[in-house]
Parts: sequence; C-alpha cells; structure tokens
Amino acid sequence: MYQYDQYDQAMVDARVAEFRDQVNRRLAGEMTEDQFKPLRLKNGLYLQLHAYMLRVAIPYGTLNSAQMRMLGDIADKYDRGYGHFTTRQNIQYNWIKLEDAGDILADLASVEMHAIQTSGNCIRNTTADQFAGAAADELEDPRPYAELLRQWSTFHPEFDYLPRKFKVAIIGSDTDRAAMKLHDIGIQIVKNAAGEIGCRFYVGGGMGRTPMIAPVIGDFVPPLQMISYLEACLRVYNRYGRRDNKYKARIKILVHEIGADEYRRQVEEEFAHILTLGLEPPPAELERIKGYFADPGFETGLSGDIDRSDPDFALWLDQNVHAHKQPGYAIVTISLKPTGGIPGDASADQIRLMADLAKAHSFDELRVTHAQNIVLPHVKKADLYALWQKLDAAGLASANLDLISDIIACPGLDYCSLANARSIPVAQKISERFADLGRQRELGELKLKISGCINACGHHHAGHIGILGVDRKGVENYQLLLGGSEGADTSLGTITGPGFNEDGIVDAVEKATDVYLAQRTDGERFLDTYRRIGMAPFKEAIYG
Amino acid sequence: MKVLTGNDLKTGDVIWWTGEGWSRHVNDAVDAGEHPEAILAREEAAQRVVGSYAIDASVTGEGVRPAHIKERIRALGPTVRLDLSLKPADPAAGNWVI
Repeated sequence: MYQYDQYDQAMVDARVAEFRDQVNRRLAGEMTEDQFKPLRLKNGLYLQLHAYMLRVAIPYGTLNSAQMRMLGDIADKYDRGYGHFTTRQNIQYNWIKLEDAGDILADLASVEMHAIQTSGNCIRNTTADQFAGAAADELEDPRPYAELLRQWSTFHPEFDYLPRKFKVAIIGSDTDRAAMKLHDIGIQIVKNAAGEIGCRFYVGGGMGRTPMIAPVIGDFVPPLQMISYLEACLRVYNRYGRRDNKYKARIKILVHEIGADEYRRQVEEEFAHILTLGLEPPPAELERIKGYFADPGFETGLSGDIDRSDPDFALWLDQNVHAHKQPGYAIVTISLKPTGGIPGDASADQIRLMADLAKAHSFDELRVTHAQNIVLPHVKKADLYALWQKLDAAGLASANLDLISDIIACPGLDYCSLANARSIPVAQKISERFADLGRQRELGELKLKISGCINACGHHHAGHIGILGVDRKGVENYQLLLGGSEGADTSLGTITGPGFNEDGIVDAVEKATDVYLAQRTDGERFLDTYRRIGMAPFKEAIYG
Repeated sequence: MKVLTGNDLKTGDVIWWTGEGWSRHVNDAVDAGEHPEAILAREEAAQRVVGSYAIDASVTGEGVRPAHIKERIRALGPTVRLDLSLKPADPAAGNWVI
C-alpha cells in the first residue's frame, strides 16, 4: 500500500503543528468559536450531541496493521474505548476533548494518518471497492487512481470552498461494491473494444433529501487524463453550483437542472481547455504510485481445499468469505454487526485484534467497507479456520454478511446533532428479531439501511429495505422504504406509506419479509421479488 | 421554563446553566427566564461554554426534564450505551428519556 514520501509527511506534520497552535489559542481565549469553528472542521473535529467528535480519514478505506493498532490505541487513550467505522470508510471517535486534539493528530501523523478534509465543502475522502487488488472479478486495481486522486485533491486551493461537500468513489470491477452511482462522482475503470483501460465518469449522484442516480457524463477517459477530467467536472460545478441554498448546492442538482447533456457539453469544453495546459500527471508518476500497490508475495501452488467439518465455520465461510484472484487465497469480511450490537462500532481491543490478525494473516493490510465492516483482503485458505477461531473468541465472527442483520445505520439521534430520530436502537431490535441465522439465510441477500434524518448517512434510499427516522412533533417516527439498491442495478427506494413507532417499524420489516417468502420464485432475492410484484402486496400486508 | 445548555469548551461535555456556573447534571439546571441572551453572550465570551442555547424544559418530581427528546438524550448520554451515561450503574437512569 502507499507510503508517505517526505512531502506527504511534511504537510501532515505541519498541519498538526498549525492546528495544535490554533487549539491552544482557542483554549487561551484568543479566538472566538466563530473564528475557530471553520479551523477545527478543516481538521475533522465536529461538535456533536455529547462532545467533540473526530473523524479520521482512511484513504479509500485502506490501512495497515500499525495504523489500525493506532486507531485502537487512540480509542483507549483519548476516547471511551471504542470507535465507529462509517459509511465513508472512515472512523469516528465520539468523546474527544479539545485539549487532546493536537496530541491525537500527532499520534495519527506518526502512522501516516490525519483528519484533513473529513469535513467542509471540499473533496472528501475518496472511497473505493474494499476488495481492490484482491477480487477475482477485477479489471484493474482502483487504488493507484484513488491515491492519485487523493494527492491531487488534498489542499487543492481551487476546490477548497465548493458550493457543498464533494464525494468521489472509484471501482475497478463490473461488480460495484462502493455504491458508486450514488456519489457526486463515481469512476468505474473499464476496458474499451480495443482492450484499452479507461475511466467512465458517473456525475451527479447522491442521497440526502434529493436522491439521484448519477448519469454517465464521460464514457471513456484515458487514465492519465482522469485528473484533468475530474478538474473539468469540478470546475463547471464550482462555477455554476448553487451557493444560495445549501439544500440545492450539491452537484446532482446542477446536473439535474441543466441536464446531463448540457453539463457534459460544458465539461467537455473545459476538459479540452485543460488539456492544452499540460497538467496531466506524468506517466512515471502513476507508475510510481502503482508500484506501491503491487501484489504482496503470494505463495504459489497452495491447496484450495478447506476443511468444512465445523458447521459454524462452514456457515461463516459461505457468508463472509469471497473468491480471491490468487489461487489458495480468500478475501475475509469481518462483520461488525453482532446480534443486538451497534453497527460499525468496535472496541479498542477488537480494533487491535483485527490489526494483529491482518499482520499475521493478510500481508499487513485491512480495508474498511462502506457497509461498516472490515476486510482482510489476502488470507491464505489454509489459515481461515484458525483466523475464524480467533475472530469468534472476540465476538467478531458473525456470519451475516449481506443478510438482514448486516445493517448499515448512521449514528442517529444517539450521537448526531443533525439527527431527528435514533437509528441504532431500531437496528438492534431488527437484528434481535432476526437473530436466528437459519432464518436470515432463508431470507438470503437483504440489504437493510437506516438513517436518522433526511441527510441519509445510513443510505436508506439504497436499501432493499430502507428506514428513515423523522421527528413528528417531538416523537420519533420511522418511514419504511422498499426497492432501493446500490451497485450495477442501483435504484432508489419508495416509501410504503405512513410511518411507524420504534416497535411498529420492526413489525413492518418482518411483514415485508413474510410477503417476500410467500411470493418469491426460485432464486429470487427480496429485491427481485419486489421489482416483479411491485409495492401493492407489501402495502397490503403492512397496512391491511 | 427555559434552561440553558451547551458544551464545555475544553472537554466537550454537555453542561447546564446553574445560575452561577455550569454543571454536567441536568437536575442542576435553573430557570433562565424569558430573556437568557445576555447570559449566553456573557458565558460564550468568557470561553467556558461553546454552542450554548436555551431550551424548553419543565420541573417534575424527579428533576428537570427537557421538552424535546434530543435534549433529553443530551442530558442522559447515548441511549444505546447507558454504561457511558452519568449514572452507569443505574439501569433505569434513562427511563424518562424516550
């Protein structure tokens, strides 16, 4: 994986020193909160419901064991013994003291990490396929491109005050595991008829109060022109994006209002101009970055056989382990969704254990997924049983990946000052209602996503079953959505009807699954059945 | 009644105006009257509190109870981590919140 050069390290160290000074001036009363707030937000430090919250960037969700161990140590040393992995492949700490902020950033910098651009109207942390560099179905590893994008976007002065925050995802497989079409810009690495690699740009997607699926704007951009095309997309947005109304300021509104064709025309015009400036990175730079992402030293000639005699291990194997491009290896997803647990939370001890396991079994590498789980990307098949036993002993062996209890949930009103309703207790109750793994497996792939407000950090629009918490005269109320999806078949969920209280929404979810079980045909997922039979049978069961 | 709340500048803790200073315990909150702006301005300027504002609350037999659920959760802590609340040993500590 990428390692900082002297410029990266010098920039991050300088930022730590700068922010430490700013914190000291604030604590000394030399700055008001109005003066300080934009500075702390530049460093990922929010003021949330209960305390300061620090969001740490994990570039394209990739980190090594030393970084992961540091995340666990920070949870112990400065927070309350746990961290929360987010839908942007980052981690958040909920109980930070302002007076500790400088020390935390210094600790992060010591392992090549920071919290820069995890807030504000700038280009946020780029997300990527969590199976990058390991997936059997991968066309091209997206991580070098994501790293190039990180270097280009970090401290980019032109894009530091965009109309609104800006999120980019990049994938290199036909299988979209990063919700790519629901980003401001989604980039898919593709191959053309001539066998050349290029970047397909989807621009103007997003969730929030106005969910939209991004249309294709650039069908095939040569890899070395990716940054210039991005620059053109951003430039048109920066010029015409609405700054008068924050609810209409995202790029999706611009693309929608002027139309994809007109937006594309303007981007192409700007792109042609940028190409005359010679700003593309030299090929040697992309090759240099690619060098950091070369395959680790995979062994060859390994057996692919796995002893499945332990039935619990076999269940986990079937659900949480994916095919690797290298014979004899597998990709492991560690579920952070135990029955009744808090989606995405991990204790300091669990974080450190995952770091140790990555060191021992996965060439020192981990990934954070946008579904709030952790991936060990390169595990020898022969090591899987021993790995599973260690995970099981630490409460990290839930065999529920992509099942109904593998719930994405935002922090909701338990932590977030923007939320209208709690998300986590609903996730916990659903998880407990469907605790029986046999029942979950009978339901098959069923992606359930919960947001505690219209900002949709819990991706409820993209859930096969989505739940949106709202405030109804000071009382929590939950709307049910059906039919959302991310990936190649991205779609937006539709609200079923009137909302429910906390227990009612759990019952409604169960009724929806009952309709599925009664109506499905062979091989149909919940989503397939919904798309075939439509909303009516579900509404009848839920409200009838 | 109106009570005043915000976060401690240094620690980020949720705090409540007691009439003389700030407390982490909502039951220490006092009625700030109908025009608390002067208190808020003074306290923010003194760099003790950050993000302060006035909320509606009432006094019950069990103590001061904010009107809105968001403020009740702020007073308690996350409902899903009662071990992190101000009364971690009391399983009933949050019964009045929801």
